[in-house]
Amino acid sequence: MTVLPANPMSPRPFRILKVVRELSDTFTLLLQPETGGAFSFRPGQFNMLYVFGAGEVPISISGEPAEDRQLVHTIRSVGPVTQALGRLKAGDVVGVRGPFGTPWPVEDAFGDDLAIIAGGVGLAPLRPAIYQALANRPRFGKLIIMYGARTPQDILFRKELEKWRSRFDVNVHVTVDHATGQWAGRVGVVTKVVAKAGFDPLHTTALVCGPEVMMRYAVEALEERGVAASKVHVSMERNMKCGVGLCGHCQWGPHFVCRDGPVFRFSDVAALFPVREL
Amino acid sequence: MVQIEGLGRIIDEHPFFRGIDGKFRSLLVGCAANERLDAGQYLFRQGGHADKFYLVRAGSLQLEVHAPGRTIVVDTVDEGEIVGWSWLVEPYRWTFDARAVTLLRLVSFDAKCLRGKMEADAELGYEVLRRFVPVIGQRLAATRLRLIDIYGPGE
Repeated sequence: MTVLPANPMSPRPFRILKVVRELSDTFTLLLQPETGGAFSFRPGQFNMLYVFGAGEVPISISGEPAEDRQLVHTIRSVGPVTQALGRLKAGDVVGVRGPFGTPWPVEDAFGDDLAIIAGGVGLAPLRPAIYQALANRPRFGKLIIMYGARTPQDILFRKELEKWRSRFDVNVHVTVDHATGQWAGRVGVVTKVVAKAGFDPLHTTALVCGPEVMMRYAVEALEERGVAASKVHVSMERNMKCGVGLCGHCQWGPHFVCRDGPVFRFSDVAALFPVREL
Repeated sequence: MVQIEGLGRIIDEHPFFRGIDGKFRSLLVGCAANERLDAGQYLFRQGGHADKFYLVRAGSLQLEVHAPGRTIVVDTVDEGEIVGWSWLVEPYRWTFDARAVTLLRLVSFDAKCLRGKMEADAELGYEVLRRFVPVIGQRLAATRLRLIDIYGPGE
């Protein structure tokens, strides 16, 4: 059960400190509370970001969980509100409600190998979990990050991936679906990386985030390797509106994704995954 | 003799032939050879005669297609995988270029030699084919996934 903010329906003004252009259609906003004070969250949680005059969208928090003075969101422009967010500049103000939803169970994975599988912009909601895992590195077995992107130009947080890869205690595998001859890295689907990554399937916790199709195949690859469905966690995306499980827009079978998710234990939702109507 | 014993052990240890019966391994060894390739060199070229297939022991390679002005990388093949099934079906021509990304260590199998043994010994033929089919299936599934363009606009 998650702890809700004091007034979950009332947006709090946050000023944009900086806008970082990550990819052609993806950017990161660094935000600070207008009224001062701290903002704490757990990796995997999301906020409702309100662009005045445009609307509100659920966006996962992509920053460092230990940093409570600055809020970080990485956003892909795909609709009117995210496009409006993309037009904002440093100094502009947005409304923030949250944090909402369930976190990645990083602490429950202590003692296990931790397999982090991300696809596309799905790396953003997992980045806080990676920070938390790195801060607690001795408490895990292997730490393996598997990331798939469309092309080499679409690799999110490229410098950080390179930095993590340069550590001796993290395995980072990056693969792209399409590339030209200039790319010396791996080409192929991320599920192939899962099949070959050197984790111990009996003692592995997996965190998976990306397009739903990619997650389905990634979970299949994990299960083929022998990872139990109860140790696989996925982050779902649905039409979140209220953020607190009242409005029902994000209902997914018996669950409200905003309240019972976005992070679900796969064994709890496995039956819902293949249902087209949901 | 030492080399043949070494090849038998390598074949045994490679994931593609793991657990293979000793009688089949002996037949395979008769068609096998150790090879190495430096980074940047081509293992084979599109349209060339597919007279071998390879177990990748170490290193990685890219399967590529040339288009005017650019090279498109189709897939990466790593240690523990195989390269090439064009040797199995007529007209025995490679359908891609294969270029070493790193130093490659391989075991190659002479296609004519192996096809001859598979035709003479149906059990061996079945054993080899039943190991190839899942690989072909996995690569087809991976190709279909990439066709969906899951990371594309409207993700």
